[in-house]
Amino acid sequence: MYKHDVIVVGAGGAGLRAAIAAHEEGADVALVSKLHPVRSHTGAAEGGINAALHPEDSWELHAYDTMKGSDYLGDAPAIDTFAKQAPDEVIQLEHWGMPFSREEDGTVSQRPFGGLSHPRTTYAGAETGHHLLHTMYEQVVKRGIEVYDEWYVSRLAVTDHDRPEDRECYGAVGYDIKTGEIDGFYARDGVILATGGNGQAFDHTTNAIANTGDGQALAYRAGAPLEDMEFVQFHPTTLPSTGVLISEGVRGEGGILYNDEEERFMFEYGYANNEGELASRDVVSRAELTEVNEGRGIEDEYVHLDMRHLGEERILDRLENILHLAEDFEGTDGLDEPMPVKPGQHYQMGGIEVNENGQTCIDGLYAAGECACVSMHGSNRLGGNALPELLVFGSRAGQHAAGGDLTDPEIPTGPSAESEDGEVDTPVEPGSVGDRSDPVVADGGAVATPEELLEEAIRKERERVDTMLERDGVNHAEVREKVQKTMTENVNVFREESNIKQALKDIREAREQYQHVGVADKSRTYNTDLIHTIETRNVIDNAEAIALGALAREEFRGAHWRKEYQERRDDEWLKHTMLSWNGGTPNLYYKPVILEGHEQTYEPKERSY
Amino acid sequence: MSTEIQQETETTEEQSPEQIREEVAEDLSEKRREQIQEDLESAEKTVQLKVFRYDPEIEGKEEPRFDSFTVPFHRGMTVLDALIYARDRYDSSLTFRHSCRQAVCGSDALFINGQQRLGCKTQMGDLEHPVRIEPLPHQDVVKDLVVDMQHFYDQMHAVEPYFDPDELPDGELEEQHQTPENREKVKLSTRCIWCGACMSSCNIAAGDNEYLGPAAINKAYRFAMDEREGSDRKQERLRIIEQEHGVWRCQTQFSCTEVCPKDIPLTEHIQALKRESIKNNLKFW
Repeated sequence: MYKHDVIVVGAGGAGLRAAIAAHEEGADVALVSKLHPVRSHTGAAEGGINAALHPEDSWELHAYDTMKGSDYLGDAPAIDTFAKQAPDEVIQLEHWGMPFSREEDGTVSQRPFGGLSHPRTTYAGAETGHHLLHTMYEQVVKRGIEVYDEWYVSRLAVTDHDRPEDRECYGAVGYDIKTGEIDGFYARDGVILATGGNGQAFDHTTNAIANTGDGQALAYRAGAPLEDMEFVQFHPTTLPSTGVLISEGVRGEGGILYNDEEERFMFEYGYANNEGELASRDVVSRAELTEVNEGRGIEDEYVHLDMRHLGEERILDRLENILHLAEDFEGTDGLDEPMPVKPGQHYQMGGIEVNENGQTCIDGLYAAGECACVSMHGSNRLGGNALPELLVFGSRAGQHAAGGDLTDPEIPTGPSAESEDGEVDTPVEPGSVGDRSDPVVADGGAVATPEELLEEAIRKERERVDTMLERDGVNHAEVREKVQKTMTENVNVFREESNIKQALKDIREAREQYQHVGVADKSRTYNTDLIHTIETRNVIDNAEAIALGALAREEFRGAHWRKEYQERRDDEWLKHTMLSWNGGTPNLYYKPVILEGHEQTYEPKERSY
Repeated sequence: MSTEIQQETETTEEQSPEQIREEVAEDLSEKRREQIQEDLESAEKTVQLKVFRYDPEIEGKEEPRFDSFTVPFHRGMTVLDALIYARDRYDSSLTFRHSCRQAVCGSDALFINGQQRLGCKTQMGDLEHPVRIEPLPHQDVVKDLVVDMQHFYDQMHAVEPYFDPDELPDGELEEQHQTPENREKVKLSTRCIWCGACMSSCNIAAGDNEYLGPAAINKAYRFAMDEREGSDRKQERLRIIEQEHGVWRCQTQFSCTEVCPKDIPLTEHIQALKRESIKNNLKFW
């Protein structure tokens, strides 16, 4: 058993930031990640980091833009906390040596981004995430923070009190990918989940193959509710054959979208008469697919993104990486021809319910970054707001877990924050198949000490892994592909009841097949077959939560569009969709949105760009 | 939540869980075989992979060997796509690192047709067939295409790879300034994704296990040339790369520069540090 004060699961941007913050509070902190930190998908973020640095800009304006972008489903205390702290975090990064792009006077450059009222996106070329990830990993090395890389956390050690709010988390169980050893990570003060996105629930995604929603699934099954999972951002500019991301920075610098008739459709068809290509991502994605559906797409599949008019010098200076991506992954020369693009799954706005200090309702369990939902993105995230989110809330989670002094949170967590029961007719039962006594939550009643609780969790995990390795059965790839395919077909940009129901049926079938899964590779050495098999269950849980939320929410808000309900309905739907695992029988309920901020109350307005 | 309908018709015959599992698995494997057949028939052409296999604890795999896989080819297919097809369709024990699929995570540096390249960034269409895929040379093989990266990481850490300025601005919200020219000077060096291709291609590193290697020296360059750090720190940085297994080992063969998937002029950076350290030493004479 490895013992530390704070265990951070995942070593991308949020995890690294949390670990540094906990270390600065004096805690003995360790990072545990299935990838070496520099392999994390934060490294693929291209565009930038929003922060109100300029004297003419203000945190209030940044907060307002974020609230509007969220389509009024963000919680004001989270948004205000975020916008106030983002500038400090950017300067902190600069002090850590982040190679930001610069102005002539040597100050950090800022560029316009979609949905922002001021050019406030700081960046480092079109590879901002790469530099952020490496800069923070370097600081982790400098501080000598312990890193357990290629260790896969597959279970949490949580007590099994009836109410999730009464439960406590004492650590996690990990699988050493290199050797097959299963052992526990005991956390004296807290476990912080920072495992990133769940894009692998879809088959056309900008996410890495590792983004399987592990943290979301671990927390969910341990009792922490998932929030607003139906809100999935589809990025408007991904390469059609691979899903590789073409940064919003291209449009920020002046890139133009054209349809097959070479019309600048964002204006031509009135999708966004003011902002055009720089409207919010959900608006642009729907516009593109509408063009394709109405027969104005290219090869009935995509549209063109043209940046040739920006000139070679500017492109090489600010967007060089985009040229490489278009060339290597689509065979297109961006200097010479427009680039083909279409919407692709990109970001999960929803996630593990947390408050402003990163706490879930389970004592000692935290979450930060994309896997968490403090709710600052609401129903749609603005470009350039993910990186500052993981900095601000990664830092706060680390600080709080290590005993740092933070203001009391205003956002309530846990099923007791329920304001209203959820009503949704599902075609099949969601949740566990068969036996409902899911062994993820260790038995709190039968064990006396936190160490024993973790020992028990380790024992159960060894048993589970042994079973999967010993038997032959269904190949995980079959199950995973089935889920990804149905999600992309049925729970995409445009959603309707019958399709979502079909997805739920397919997911149920996948769950049943997963009962029969077996691992063909019997080796304990670097067994990726086993890891992918364990991940697949997480993919299923994530996909089901997304589909359930999508079916329940009968309105159009932000990234969630429903054919039957094409309007935002504030009278009924100004609330968060909450899903609690409830021992294997998921329970849907709602929690009101908080529009009262630190200094003002936000009024929902029509969202136009 | 309420559930509309759905009552599975129950089978009356008693089947053990093992029997059910075998049946479900067999049913799905059958579909899989049909799918592979269909993929191969509908593809414009097929390609052959010859993949290095090794597993220290599995009978028949302790002795390294090559396995062949036939995969359907499509335009734009990368070596990584082909490997994933082979693994997900034919043999789920085929093992390789990969994650982002877009040349930024640096997980899948491989020895492809005799050269260090990233699997995700290498088009199958550009290669001679059959395509031979091996783990990176000069590193211990853990299993199949996975090598032990620890030595590479150790060398990276040896150059103190973190920004550590002599002093920082006082004000909380005050940034350090850096000229666009200085940023340009270090820009290419900051692109490194720690894939290890350069180290694997380097003859010196192959012969001298303590040689820092191109990636670590490039990292040292990245900080030594950053005007924000200050001259005291620069002295320390130069001292590290001047040691016996540092920059002077490089014989400017350019193999690292040739294989770098991020086009970092590694050899030039090593040469620049040699010049810096000569200049620096002259200063104290």
